Amino acid sequence: MAVIEVDKKPVTGAGPFNGVLTWIDRRFPLVSMWREHAADYWAPKNFNFWYYFGSLALLVLVIQIVTGIFLTMNYKPDAKEAFASVEYIMREVNWGWWIRYMHSTGASFFFICVYLHMFRGLLYGSYRRPRELVWMVGMLIFLSLMAEAFFGYLLPWGQMSYWGAQVIVNLFDAIPVIGPKLAIWIRGDYVVSDATLNRFFAFHVIAVPLVLLGLVVAHLLALHEVGSNNPDGIDIKGRDPKTGHPIDSVAFHPYYTVKDSFGASVFLVIFFVVVFFLPEMGGYFLESNNFIPADPLKTPPHIAPVWYFTPFYSILRATTDNFVYFGLIPGVVLLALAIIVTVPRTAVRVSVAVLAALLLAGFLGFEAKVWGVVLMGVSVLIYFFLPWLDRSPVRSIRYKGPFYKIALALFVVAFFMLGYLGTQPVSTGRTVLAQVCTAVYFLFFAVMPWYSRFDKTQPEPERVTWK
Amino acid sequence: MKKILALAALACACVAHPLALAQEEEPRLEAAPIDPRDLTSLQAGARTFVNYCLNCHSASLMRYSKLEDIGLTEPEIKDNLLFTGEKIGDVMNVAMPRKEAKEWFGAAPPDLSVIGRSRSADWLYTYLRGFYRDPSRPTGWNNVVYPNVAMPHVLWQLQGQQVLERAPAKGAEEKGEARKEEAEPAPAKLKLAVPGRLTPVEYDVIVRDLVNYLVWMSEPEARVRKRVGVVVVFFLGILVVLTYALYKEFWKDVH
Amino acid sequence: MSDSPETNRGRRKIIALTAAAGGAAAVTGAIPLVASMLPSEKAKALGAPVEFDLSEVPPGTKATVEWRGQPVWVLHRTKEMLDDIKKDDDKVADPKSERNKDLTPQYARNEFRSIKPEYLVVVGICTHLGCSPQDRLQSGSEPFDPSWAGGFYCPCHGSLFDLAGRVYKNKPAPFNLRVPPYTYLSDNKILIGEDKVKKG
Repeated sequence: MAVIEVDKKPVTGAGPFNGVLTWIDRRFPLVSMWREHAADYWAPKNFNFWYYFGSLALLVLVIQIVTGIFLTMNYKPDAKEAFASVEYIMREVNWGWWIRYMHSTGASFFFICVYLHMFRGLLYGSYRRPRELVWMVGMLIFLSLMAEAFFGYLLPWGQMSYWGAQVIVNLFDAIPVIGPKLAIWIRGDYVVSDATLNRFFAFHVIAVPLVLLGLVVAHLLALHEVGSNNPDGIDIKGRDPKTGHPIDSVAFHPYYTVKDSFGASVFLVIFFVVVFFLPEMGGYFLESNNFIPADPLKTPPHIAPVWYFTPFYSILRATTDNFVYFGLIPGVVLLALAIIVTVPRTAVRVSVAVLAALLLAGFLGFEAKVWGVVLMGVSVLIYFFLPWLDRSPVRSIRYKGPFYKIALALFVVAFFMLGYLGTQPVSTGRTVLAQVCTAVYFLFFAVMPWYSRFDKTQPEPERVTWK
Repeated sequence: MKKILALAALACACVAHPLALAQEEEPRLEAAPIDPRDLTSLQAGARTFVNYCLNCHSASLMRYSKLEDIGLTEPEIKDNLLFTGEKIGDVMNVAMPRKEAKEWFGAAPPDLSVIGRSRSADWLYTYLRGFYRDPSRPTGWNNVVYPNVAMPHVLWQLQGQQVLERAPAKGAEEKGEARKEEAEPAPAKLKLAVPGRLTPVEYDVIVRDLVNYLVWMSEPEARVRKRVGVVVVFFLGILVVLTYALYKEFWKDVH
Repeated sequence: MSDSPETNRGRRKIIALTAAAGGAAAVTGAIPLVASMLPSEKAKALGAPVEFDLSEVPPGTKATVEWRGQPVWVLHRTKEMLDDIKKDDDKVADPKSERNKDLTPQYARNEFRSIKPEYLVVVGICTHLGCSPQDRLQSGSEPFDPSWAGGFYCPCHGSLFDLAGRVYKNKPAPFNLRVPPYTYLSDNKILIGEDKVKKG
């Protein structure tokens, strides 16, 4: 039987490895994948500071997986043994304390990198056509990351672990009709217990990491399919006749591999300063209450989620009856009217009117507690719609008008404010402030179709701006 | 871009400050004058801990052999700190069963292995010096830092007996003026009514050493952690310089 | 483009230097991870040496002490037993314990394989595949040896050991029974698991 050899040119440029690589290349697309995604992936040359955070997030993912594997060698997912097993790792496993601190610090740094990475998207319109799918897969990664952090936080089985999980699972209890049964199914018990711990361990160690890895691959494939955006938001033009590559671009390898390795080493300095000198970060990365073993009979005086969840937690708490009556109801009415007036299509008008009517009935029918949960969910899901909410003729903030710049500034302030308020106990003054910030947060998105269209934009340049 | 960040920062600062001030009442804590590098202090604290605390509290995540890290030798530990037949490789368990302890004291004495992380050093220092006589409590003792605590003042023979003195409330005796809703209570002060075996200064030293030990016990690897950290960050700094040089070298070509 | 030999050499140097530094960092990072898999303090505490009081073993009997999860036999040999051992020199495969030096420490490489002749201290695990042999301490005729002088019989595959723990010829087990590290703390107390006692 004749063997049909694939008619490929032998691999060159790899020195002594040419032979092996040619053998592999005839049987597996290793070299072609390397070319397509690194050596021959042409990216705009004007990436700036905001462009480090994608590769840094990937670095943190690797750190979390490696340290996670080693933690799993000694951690015991049993309610009676979990807390002690974490201290066992800290005291008795050789270098166990280092592995544990890397994992706890890594969790917080993961969110720092992801939030900054998402902010880059907001700055430069990275979610705009044709990158809507890159953005949406990224949002799925964000959701999975939140789930991963939530499941992982129960594992040390401290007071905050236990009561944080109890509160969040009770949110599902708030869902009308199916809520209580759903909460019991999630927990595997009537309260958070050993059954819950064991299954959260399974989710945290294998289920969600697999999902995360798949989504990250999809995210990169989607990006490489359409090419990277850049701080000017313009498309890098067709091929340069001299080089055959897109104009104003550089090959990812070696240019961005070396730049990202510099970014990674700066990141590692900051990361390890925290790991070795500030692992608790004043109680924000490792909370002092979590050094008390979980006690189902005693709730700590202040339960707050970990810092990276506090903005959304704030929104949940801010949704009181007052907020529903004086915030959501007028808000929905005004938004519905605005859409009906400005969008000429009948189908749209009718469906918006019906939806608004249903929502109003819901606001009056269900308690604020339910709408708090809904609003918290919407505050995360609304990012999915950005590609269609932003109707500006330009992508990048560099060429957008004052409306967008002010709106984004207010959004950033509101986000930080909500985050801070989420760490504090409730008070009347703080609730009002949280409600104002919640309104600003949602208005940023809700009014965007209008202010992005009527903003006074600057003309985009022909070529990327480059010093 | 810069303008957005500046605006955001200013807004945050304006709003955060007044909110921060609106914290609820917390007992004022005194700074614990502990020196984690003082091995003698740590060893003295270990002695106090084993002699006074391990009768009721366990430290079940702490192995006796770990005391070698603060400069005690195996024979020193065996001869001075092991009382009830434990081996040096054992953990600091306590004989008192939890259920009975809860019955006798109202609350089971918590395990102290990581008490230095759930409570701050300052809290522990002020707490251990904040017991005072209170006949209304079952143990006869109360505490300014932890009101109505179930723990008696174990070290009372060393410190002596303090009482809580309250000066008369301000404004409560003014006549002809509308009485304020709540006359501001003057801060209560602790006074040593019956001296103990040690002077107040000596007692403070005992407590300082004990708190030093408790903080050490909560994270025995803290000293190693910081030492390794210096070396690691230094070498990573070298890596930063090298990768920067590499980056600039390649990007020379890009125009 | 900078393709001149000067630039190339300079470039190669920086690449090599940075790669070396990065490689060193990666190895340094990997070492703690590998070390974390070594026995922890808890494992070491559980594997700590065990003290044993010899007055618990009457002459002619055997006690079993657990050390590191293994059965350690302490056999108090009578004078007759010690004489019988000499008779087995021709029957055993490795009379001077020369085959596997790790199994027999220096102080046990003698006629009776022990520090003091009266007490044999060996790990009671057959050197074939790990079963624990049965006692056959009385001399007399046995189905596996008509002139049996006392020792141990492993039921799994029929290996035989004499009263000094030496393996018989032509049996599945290749080596004599292992003598663990041990030392005398006093005339009546041994410490199993340590050769030398730490001076305080």
